[in-house]
Amino acid sequence: MTDAIAVSGLVKSFGTSRALNGLNLTVGTGEVHGFLGPNGAGKTTTIRVLLGLLRADAGQVRLLGGDPWRDAVRLHKRLAYVPGDVSLWPNLTGGEAIDLFGDLRGGLDRTRRAELVERFQLDPSKRCRTYSKGNRQKVALVAAFASDVELFILDEPTSGLDPLMEAAFQQTVREVSARGATVLLSSHIFSEVEALCSAVSIIRDGVTVESGTLARLRHLTRTSVTVEAAEPITGLDALPGVHDLVADGTRARFDVDSARLPGVLRHLAGFEVQALTSHPPTLEELFMRHYGEAATAGAGR
Amino acid sequence: MSAYAGTGRLIRLALRRDRVQIAVWIVASVALLAAGAAAVADEFPDEAERVTALKGAGTSPAVLLMRGAPVGTDLGALVNFRNYAFMLVLAALMSTFAIVRHTRQNEENGRAELLGAGRLGRRAGLTSALVVVAGADLLLGAALTGTLLGAGLPADGALAFGAATAATGLAFAGLAAVAAQLFQSARAANAFAATAVGVAFLVRGIGDALGERAADGIQVTGAWPSWLSPIGWGMRVRPFGEEAWWVLALPFALVAACVAVAFALAGRRDFGAGLIPDRPGPKAASRSLLSPLGLAWRLNRGTTLGWVIGGALLGLGIGTLGRTVNEAMSGNTGATELLDQIAGAGAAPLVDTFYAAMMNVFGVLAAGYVVQALLRLRTEEAGGPAEAVLATAVGRVRWVAAHLACAVIGATALLVLAGAGMGVADAAVGGVTGVDPLVGAGLAQLPAALTLAGFVVLVFGLLPRLTIPLAWAGLVASIVCGLLGEVFALPEAVRDLSPFSHVPPIPAAEAAAGPLVALAVTAAALAAAGLALFRRRNLAL
Repeated sequence: MTDAIAVSGLVKSFGTSRALNGLNLTVGTGEVHGFLGPNGAGKTTTIRVLLGLLRADAGQVRLLGGDPWRDAVRLHKRLAYVPGDVSLWPNLTGGEAIDLFGDLRGGLDRTRRAELVERFQLDPSKRCRTYSKGNRQKVALVAAFASDVELFILDEPTSGLDPLMEAAFQQTVREVSARGATVLLSSHIFSEVEALCSAVSIIRDGVTVESGTLARLRHLTRTSVTVEAAEPITGLDALPGVHDLVADGTRARFDVDSARLPGVLRHLAGFEVQALTSHPPTLEELFMRHYGEAATAGAGR
Repeated sequence: MSAYAGTGRLIRLALRRDRVQIAVWIVASVALLAAGAAAVADEFPDEAERVTALKGAGTSPAVLLMRGAPVGTDLGALVNFRNYAFMLVLAALMSTFAIVRHTRQNEENGRAELLGAGRLGRRAGLTSALVVVAGADLLLGAALTGTLLGAGLPADGALAFGAATAATGLAFAGLAAVAAQLFQSARAANAFAATAVGVAFLVRGIGDALGERAADGIQVTGAWPSWLSPIGWGMRVRPFGEEAWWVLALPFALVAACVAVAFALAGRRDFGAGLIPDRPGPKAASRSLLSPLGLAWRLNRGTTLGWVIGGALLGLGIGTLGRTVNEAMSGNTGATELLDQIAGAGAAPLVDTFYAAMMNVFGVLAAGYVVQALLRLRTEEAGGPAEAVLATAVGRVRWVAAHLACAVIGATALLVLAGAGMGVADAAVGGVTGVDPLVGAGLAQLPAALTLAGFVVLVFGLLPRLTIPLAWAGLVASIVCGLLGEVFALPEAVRDLSPFSHVPPIPAAEAAAGPLVALAVTAAALAAAGLALFRRRNLAL
């Protein structure tokens, strides 16, 4: 089976500024793929190239086996898109907008539509101009998920939703994933990506800096360990792969390269360990490692 | 904190946003008036020539309707007759759009919310808009006065001309300020205020057309309807005639009343709301909405119906004037010549020449409608829902074609109904022109209007971010070159650039297929080029 999305060496410039600078992105069919990067890294530009709204300057872009620029209309029948900033027609109602998007895409499932309107607690009889950002987003989400398509492209789809709706969103993504659909999820919410995605790509300044399954990414990085022993713990600073050590007699806190963890555990066994917690790096930690503290102000959440 | 806190900052912000737009408007007005004054001095240096021209004009209701009431025979009076009403309309439109831009538009797109959360008084937004527009009107008035003085015209008249233009602009600023409170969208507020300008112009025109001629056979005093219109007040100041300065009090009284009403309304309503609350609508879409064409029609429906109904009513009104025109002008060669000049006809019945001249106005209206309808493409693209629509299985060509189809159908309906209205009313008052020739005359304007449609699609494909200003500039240039080319003494080659210069004056002349086919082909070629460019370009979101 071919990959749902295969992008390599994608370049896109606007005037003199280069938005994408040789970006790679591969999303396997049936995968829920997290797409991460700080504001301005090029996520939305990449998505718009995938949708044939922008034309690539260089590089290969394949979407569902076709060329997103040339075959736009044919491919769009097989996908649904939720933009990051949902804009609707002020004088249409939410219900009309849902039906319209569904129909222009090639039809939607009425039962599924009713179910989703209920789940997202949307009042479809209101005019779009009266909707808040979150409600406009719900309109786009219902329209997308009520369509029976192979691929969902979601650009920060939950940035205006409350925690209850976030849960409804996650449930819905699991449902479409269970029936075999592919999802590309651009998001700033790490917990959401960790809960939903099997693989992630992290981009920065228009290039991919990290890509792979979450498990593999975790393995490449460090595990945090906190340990308490009966005897004073010594010798940790001499072990390879130990970082950021804070030792305080019988207690110690440190990070260790995941590959070196077994050796460290063998060393600790000699100190009559009484309590030990370790947790793999969170996605947020992975992300921060790539962007450093400087990026947190702009990208963190 | 005072209700006006932060007004100064907002004024500076508005000036920064508007520095190009208002400067262009003022410079263009000055250039047009300078050209108009020079043309008068050039074409009519002798008093005798001016007397002949004005004597003819004064007897034709159509000319009085479009130009205004003559106030005398010197150079200044002829400048007034030919250019003044147009300048008043320009000032009114400038003020209207600027007020809506700095009030309701800010509120609608959320800018005012961001600003309002800062250290800003409740009344600062509207106050700053009014101050900026008042300043622009004063500047425009002063510039026009300076232009006329520079042309060597008397100081009294030049001052009255400039002052009355500024005052008329202010009066419409007041009306727009009220409209911005009443309507929830900037689009609706703009449409209402621009319609008010059009209605004021027409009401004034009817007053002048029905006006009373003085014993000298030249000066005309407008009838009572022109007292109902702020543009009529401006005309009644009579610059370069016997200036009636006291009339300037009327626009100032109106603006004071409007500002009071606008502040009262603003104090009563919630942020972002209009005074007419929203009712719930349908929970699901009807079948007719579910296609690109259905959507385009839904988005254009209100505008289209407004234009079409307005066009039909205006056609009826003009048809009823037909017989009066015929009676008034029989035996008056001066008027015939002048109408011939506008309509370019030969020895046709007078009333048909009159209808041909009026049909030109409908051609312009249809073009204005088409431009407004097609600019939807750009507003949908720029931060609008077009991104999501074009991410569905709707191709770009199909999306543009749907909007284009709506515009063509709307323009056709407007012109057919205007012609039919004229014909029906003409028959009702005993005319013999007939419905069919007038419907044909209306349709003859269609290719010219559609040439503007093609132009809009072309700039949309070529320079998306400049579509809106370029489209309106194209329309204004077509009007100035095509209909007012004579008044501003533009060279033949420049006048020929306007599609309106090529429309045969039906029903006064035979329909000539050549120019109409050429216009239609031009329209189609422009639209096709625009579509080809749009298919190849990035969306400018």
